[in-house]
Amino acid sequence: MQVGGLDKGNIPSLVGALRARLGSEAVLTDREELAPFECDGLSVYRRRPLAVLLPSTVEEVQEILRLCGAHRVPVVARGAGTGLSGGALPLEDGVLLSLARFNRILKIDPLNRSATVQPGVRNLAISDAAAPHGLYYAPDPSSQIACTIGGNVAENSGGVHCLKYGLTVHNLLALKFVTMAGELVEIGSNAPDAQGYDLLALMTGSEGLLGVIVEATVKLLPRPERAQVILAAFGDVRRAAEAVGEVIAAGIIPAGLEMMDSLAIRAAEDFVHAGYPVGAEALLLCELDGTSAEVSEHVMTVRDLMKKSGATEVRTARDEAERRMFWKGRKSAFPAVGRISPDYYCMDGTIPRKNLPEMLDRIAQLSRQYGLRVANVFHAGDGNLHPLILFDANVPGELDKAEAFGRDILELCVEAGGTVTGEHGVGVEKLDSMCSQFEPAELAQFHAIKAAFDPHGLLNPGKGVPTLHRCAEFGAMHVHRGKLPHPELERF
Amino acid sequence: MADIEKDLQDGVRDALAKKRRLNIVSGNTKTFLGARIEGEAFEVSGHSGIVDYDPKELVMTARCGTSIAEIESALRDANQMLAFEPPRFGTAATLGGTVACGLSGPRRPYAGSCRDHVLGCRMINGRGEILDFGGRVMKNVAGFDASRLMVGAFGTLGILLEVSFKVLPRAASSLTLVHECSDPVGYLNSLSASPLPVDAAAHVDGLCYVRLSGSDQAVSEAKQRLQGELLAGGEVFWEGLREQKLPFFDTDLPLWRIACPPASPMLDLPGHWMIDWGASQRWLKSAAETGEIRQKAMEAGGHAALFRGEGFMQPLTGTLLLLHRNLKSAFDPEGVFNHGRLCPEF
Ligand SMILES: Cc1cc2nc3c(=O)[nH]c(=O)nc-3n(C[C@H](O)[C@H](O)[C@H](O)COP(=O)(O)OP(=O)(O)OC[C@H]3O[C@@H](n4cnc5c(N)ncnc54)[C@H](O)[C@@H]3O)c2cc1C
Repeated sequence: MQVGGLDKGNIPSLVGALRARLGSEAVLTDREELAPFECDGLSVYRRRPLAVLLPSTVEEVQEILRLCGAHRVPVVARGAGTGLSGGALPLEDGVLLSLARFNRILKIDPLNRSATVQPGVRNLAISDAAAPHGLYYAPDPSSQIACTIGGNVAENSGGVHCLKYGLTVHNLLALKFVTMAGELVEIGSNAPDAQGYDLLALMTGSEGLLGVIVEATVKLLPRPERAQVILAAFGDVRRAAEAVGEVIAAGIIPAGLEMMDSLAIRAAEDFVHAGYPVGAEALLLCELDGTSAEVSEHVMTVRDLMKKSGATEVRTARDEAERRMFWKGRKSAFPAVGRISPDYYCMDGTIPRKNLPEMLDRIAQLSRQYGLRVANVFHAGDGNLHPLILFDANVPGELDKAEAFGRDILELCVEAGGTVTGEHGVGVEKLDSMCSQFEPAELAQFHAIKAAFDPHGLLNPGKGVPTLHRCAEFGAMHVHRGKLPHPELERF
Repeated sequence: MADIEKDLQDGVRDALAKKRRLNIVSGNTKTFLGARIEGEAFEVSGHSGIVDYDPKELVMTARCGTSIAEIESALRDANQMLAFEPPRFGTAATLGGTVACGLSGPRRPYAGSCRDHVLGCRMINGRGEILDFGGRVMKNVAGFDASRLMVGAFGTLGILLEVSFKVLPRAASSLTLVHECSDPVGYLNSLSASPLPVDAAAHVDGLCYVRLSGSDQAVSEAKQRLQGELLAGGEVFWEGLREQKLPFFDTDLPLWRIACPPASPMLDLPGHWMIDWGASQRWLKSAAETGEIRQKAMEAGGHAALFRGEGFMQPLTGTLLLLHRNLKSAFDPEGVFNHGRLCPEF
């Protein structure tokens, strides 16, 4: 029988060859052994792969890709499996290549302020290793204790400090990756701005479709002399959103500027007791960092701006412990919401900041329309929304309803001139929404980029970019450059 | 200010139909970079004008032919700036050419490069199709990052029609300190490892130049902590460095740009040096052999480009060459754009 171009009779021979090359303990095929790898952080999608491979050397990765290439068996790379878009979801007719054993920090170079690590190293472990040198790695996704740098590069992950310090793409210096043909490629270096096409940028956010990352060199920054966080409570979400614009207009780029709405505030407070004002409709956390003098000056300015924008309460963290506590509440917002609802579905659209107030109104309207609650947590400074749709997968039809609600939100994001994903990636989850954001010629161009690296389409196929056929079937209204086909028609 | 997108698209389609090669020309200020090429000059500077700019969003969208001067003047009115300080090399410099060449100025190591500021683009590919990539928002991971791929591609992948890019507020205060310095690499690196608000640092003819920018407090406090005299009119120095108008650049010798890890010791090459970008970009005026210069740069973990003269691009080999060739044909299968500008074979 043919499976995706593969003759199933070939599978035993492939598995045998992989066992011979990697050793039996590095090739998992038993049902129980495969179970933990069936899904990533988007657990509503599950699939069991043919096998899970656990190589420990670059040569083994090369060999795996050559063998799978020769057998035309698709390969899905996996870091920690915390991805929220199904990027690391296995394929039933493919193998899952786990980078878990690539967990060594190869070099901390304090003089050149960089770290060279294997892809399975956890995000936070880099900052921990750099700390004795007064340095740290800036991108800090909330999942940073678990997620890997390989996954971060593949998703171009962000975090609360990305407003000032950039995303993964801005903090990456060099990569080694293996192509589907088994070739090892080195790009970038500790010397800035390599010549030629910017493959470093292209690989970042490529969701495991172009190559398997086997080493990354990232930039380390000096720890700021001082960081201070301001917590501002608002009686109305709109006012909080407007305050965000005021801070930016004052010429201040905070290290982080995050917003939570009342449901998220209460859930986080119940969970970690951060001291949040539970009666507030919205809360802003604004972190300012720099030299002591600069932080003092900016704290005064921001406090004033918050008050002028109608904050009902403005607090400055009393000490480092309280500052960490304020952040802990924000960083635990997802699991906190997980405690108040059997299931939640996390969205990830980005919009121009000025549309925040209107967007929040529209999400509230949709929430009423679908009869599902929403907790809003987001990177307000850069317009990246994370509405968490609360539902119960055990209630028939609720998952479908949650997904439809999610798609509506993403469509609104495109309509507002934004994008369907700011940092979590397309994976399998947002394939339909991609049809709203891009024209067929643009999608075809993406497929051509993919083919330039992987002509047989064996690396993480079916993710990231929808087929033109799928878009035709999905029949999405293409929202062109923020303009709907019929702007005169009222849409909820 | 005009929108001539349709004309440009027709022009490309016409060239495709007639199998002619195009040499994309905009402000014509950076033709000296990279290889001289054949091909019919295809003027794009007429496609100009700022399309969207809301200072509170920290994002501007402009057509490729918009002059950097016009962009910087609009930004100045809102007390903002292009943080990567692109070298203009002439008043006619345009946004499209700036992005296609991907050059950045003195602030680059502290605020990011040209590509770091690009958020999205609209372009014509080699099939004559108009495509929109990226966005006008700070964060966007939908699809491959085709926009940043255009930066430094020298127009070989398509014609940039519009670019959206991030802009930043100007610092409230800025000043330059200068002092004699015998270990510039050590000194400039010690600055980069400190939390001080340094946003440009260079060394030439025995003198270190350090620019501090930030809030009034931060700058005056940093000034107390650092050595050096206040340089009156410091901006003239940085402008001269950005535009290569300092006396150092007035030379008949080949001018090399050597990028290296910032803490690399000085390379053992004959010639006259100027250190920029906190020591990660070094300019060398030297009559030394190309091979020797490239070899030494490579041994230091960096790369060398002959900035003025043929030999800008270090030749590509192996899988890297293959990927470049494949990407070129993914965007421009007929090879209509800027053939040979980046790489002799395409
Ligand atoms: C509670 C929670 C909070 C989160 N918060 C944030 C946040 O603040 N910001 C944010 O950006 N994300 C966040 N995420 C999402 C997720 O953590 C990130 O996307 C992360 O980068 C995924 O890393 P991972 O190692 O788990 O990758 P995985 O989930 O294993 O894989 C993700 C994708 O990367 C590919 N991949 C993994 N490793 C490699 C490799 N070596 N080579 C090639 N491709 C590879 C996979 O094929 C897949 O497509 C959060 C997730 C959770 C569960």
